[in-house]
Order: sequence, then C-alpha cells, then structure tokens
Amino acid sequence: MDRPFALLAELTYRCPLHCPYCSNPLNLDGYTDELTTGEWLRVLAEGRDLGVLQLHLSGGEPLLRRDLAEIVSAASGLGLYTNLITSALGLSARRAGQLRDAGLDHVQISVQADEAVLSDRLAGTPSFERKLAAARLVKKLGWPLTLNVVLHRHNLDRIEAILGLAESLGADRIELANTQYYGWAWRNRGALLPRRDQLDRAEAVVRAARDRLAGRMEIIYVLPDYYGRYPKPCMGGWGRRALTVAPNGDVLPCPTAHDLPLPRASVREHSVDWIWTSSAVFQRFRGTDWMAEPCRSCDRRETDFGGCRCQAFQLTGDAARTDPVCHLSPDHAIVAGAVRAANEAAETERLPQGPALVPRPQPRPG
Amino acid sequence: MPAGSGAGNVCRPGPVTPPSPASRPWPASRPRLAPHVRLTFDRTRERHVLLTPETVTVLNGTGAAILGLCDGERTVAGIVAELRGRYDRVDEEEVRLFLTRLADSRCVEVGHG
Repeated sequence: MDRPFALLAELTYRCPLHCPYCSNPLNLDGYTDELTTGEWLRVLAEGRDLGVLQLHLSGGEPLLRRDLAEIVSAASGLGLYTNLITSALGLSARRAGQLRDAGLDHVQISVQADEAVLSDRLAGTPSFERKLAAARLVKKLGWPLTLNVVLHRHNLDRIEAILGLAESLGADRIELANTQYYGWAWRNRGALLPRRDQLDRAEAVVRAARDRLAGRMEIIYVLPDYYGRYPKPCMGGWGRRALTVAPNGDVLPCPTAHDLPLPRASVREHSVDWIWTSSAVFQRFRGTDWMAEPCRSCDRRETDFGGCRCQAFQLTGDAARTDPVCHLSPDHAIVAGAVRAANEAAETERLPQGPALVPRPQPRPG
Repeated sequence: MPAGSGAGNVCRPGPVTPPSPASRPWPASRPRLAPHVRLTFDRTRERHVLLTPETVTVLNGTGAAILGLCDGERTVAGIVAELRGRYDRVDEEEVRLFLTRLADSRCVEVGHG
C-alpha cells in the first residue's frame, strides 16, 4: 500500500472571511469540538511515522488557533515541510516572528481580487489592505510567498491586474485556481460559474504572463473542470498520496469528502495508521476495483482515477459513478447543462453580478 | 482534489504545472537549491526526498548526491568531477539533464560565472 506524502490539517473552520466560494462543509456547526493541541501533536507524530512529509496548515483560518506556533514547532521538529494557508488576517509582526522561529517553511496568502473594493466585497469584510501588509511582511522575513486566488465569474476578467499585484508584491508563486464546486461554492454555483469567453481570455493572459515572468514567478493555473473533457485526478488517487484531518478529528481521503455516505473515522478513536490502512472510508475507492464502466476499461483509469468521488456523489447521488465532468460519463449532460446555463444566462440577463452570492457564515458552537 | 496544497478554494495537494523555461545549468553555472526547497532524508522510505510547498520528489542515491553538492559554489563541471571521485561511471549529460529538469520546476536556481 502507498504511504501518504501530505497531510492537510484543517485546524478550525472558524474564519474572519465569508467567501462565497468556500469549500468548507455547509454544516460548519458540526465541527466546533476542535482537536486539542495534544491531539494535534499526536496526529502529526503518527502521520510522520506513516510517511507524511508535508504539512499543510489550513482551515478556516489557522491563525485563529492560539497554539499554531506550537503545532508548527512540533511539525518542524518531526522534519515535516510546513506550509501555512491563510487569509493573513491576524498575521501581525509578532505572530509572524513566532512562526518564523517555530520553523514555518512557506506561507500562502489568499487574495480575492486585485483591488480593495471587489476583494473586500467577496471576502465579506475589509481585508485587502491587511493582506497586502501581511504579504510584504512575509517577504521581509525571508519566507517564500505564494498568493492564492480563487477564480470565478466575478474576478476572472481581472486576472491581468491580479498577476500585476502578485508581481508588485514580489510573490514567488501564484496559484490561480478556478472554483471547484463543493461546500459553499456548490451552493453558489449558479453565481460563480464563469462564461467560456471569460475563460478563453484568462487563459491567453496566463500564457503571456508565463512567458514574461519565466524564472521569476511560478504561475499555477488550475483549469475549471466543468469546461474540461476529462475530470481532475482525484487526490492523485483515493487514499494514495494525501489525507485530510478535519477540525473535529475526522480523517478524510479528500477535504471535500465530509458528506459522502461512508463511515466516519476519527483520530479520537483510532490511530492515523489504522485509519489510512484499514478504515472503510480509505478503502472504499482505493485502486481501480470499485470502478464501473466507462472507467473500468478506460485507458485513463490510472491517470484520473475516475475523477472526483465527491463530485460524482453531488451530481448523481452515487459516489461510485464516473465523474460527470468527463465527456465519456453517461451523466455528462448534468455538467453540460450547467455550463450552458452559465453562458445563456450571461447573454440574456447581462447582469453585472449575476445571481446573488450567499456568504459563508461563521460556525456556531452548539 | 485539486492537486496542490492551496489549490484554490479546496486546499489540497497541488496541480501539476507545465515547466516554464528557466535558466539552464551549463558547465560553468553554480546551481543551488531554491530557498523554498528542502532536501531531507525520509527514514520511513529510507530515501532522500526533495520537498517544495506542493511536491515531494523521492530521489535515488545519485540524485541525492548531486543535490547535496548544489551549494551555489561548485560549478556543474565541479559537481561532475566530485561525483567521479565517488562513483565509477558518471555521465555529465545525465547530471545536466537532471539539474535542467529541477531548474525548470524552480527547485534549483542556477547562478552564472
């Protein structure tokens, strides 16, 4: 059996931002019984023994955990490469210094757009200027900086200015990732799904920027799978390379797998090793034996692993079906219909903003 | 998931990106690991690994030896000479290809002169 390389630690689903494309689960209130510091340290040690080398610290907003530096320090001591994925709200000079001393390797800061008005509107709170200040602080402390930008109908046309912002901040990398429709993004899909002409223009801008910035800034562009011919390779294979630990200790093969009809596996009841090796949730879609046609006999079954199990479940009600994004899927009309609607609505309505966006709320302890 | 850690609204291990043409390690250039990259020994797999925010590259013995010599001081020619002191057969072209691949993915920086 393969051993995992990466562990995504979702330390909390609390977050100062309210992004309508958030992929956190809709029932945020179900995750407020968060793992303690001691429980996280045990999870990290067990993960390292299992083979984990990279730790992604995310959420929600991981800086809302007061023990973040302690967790980073322990991870660093275990030899893990530590990567903080943050809104940057709360990344004060003092906090950043603590994390630097704790051995944090890399920082990824989200921005929602290239300028304050749109960015703050999408984030649901004034945050843009604070993000820029934090990005400058990250560079000043000598960390490599990645900017994360989630793309959708409301900011795709700003992609050139977004790249300009990244350049002016001295970012080493930028991840321009088209929205994936899980959690709150799924709820807001109708308002987020871009038009084809927007994507065509954005791709041309990305190509030109890659040439211009080669060797200076790495540009990662995640294609929108709804517009693709084939699905994305789900997690590089289910239970093969990575695992996610949710704030309450649930362990998942993928950060969007909360709602799949599979038995829970929690670090509060089992070791990370047992969950990876033996739990039903990790075994269910491992390898290719679970596949039905057209995946089963497809040449690409080891390339894209049938696509995303969560998306198959969300769109068809059956997590074992081919991801409907694939043009070979018998359910592909579902995706084609959503894409058609996004393009037709744009032509008939010509609303500047399209349907209203539902902001992601704060979890409330029960 | 999106391949990639912070791959967009779903934070998972990252996407595969096509390499961008970067500086190539010619014989006189002095390669070093990029600041965001860490070379370490993984005792679980008993192999050296190269870690970046989004990728893990499991190295064979020669790969680890080459990268261990990428200190920004030695030239590519110097690295090859050093390897020839340790191994029977060292193909300079293979060393260069290995470093070129890592330079393209920005794991290795190439200083000149």
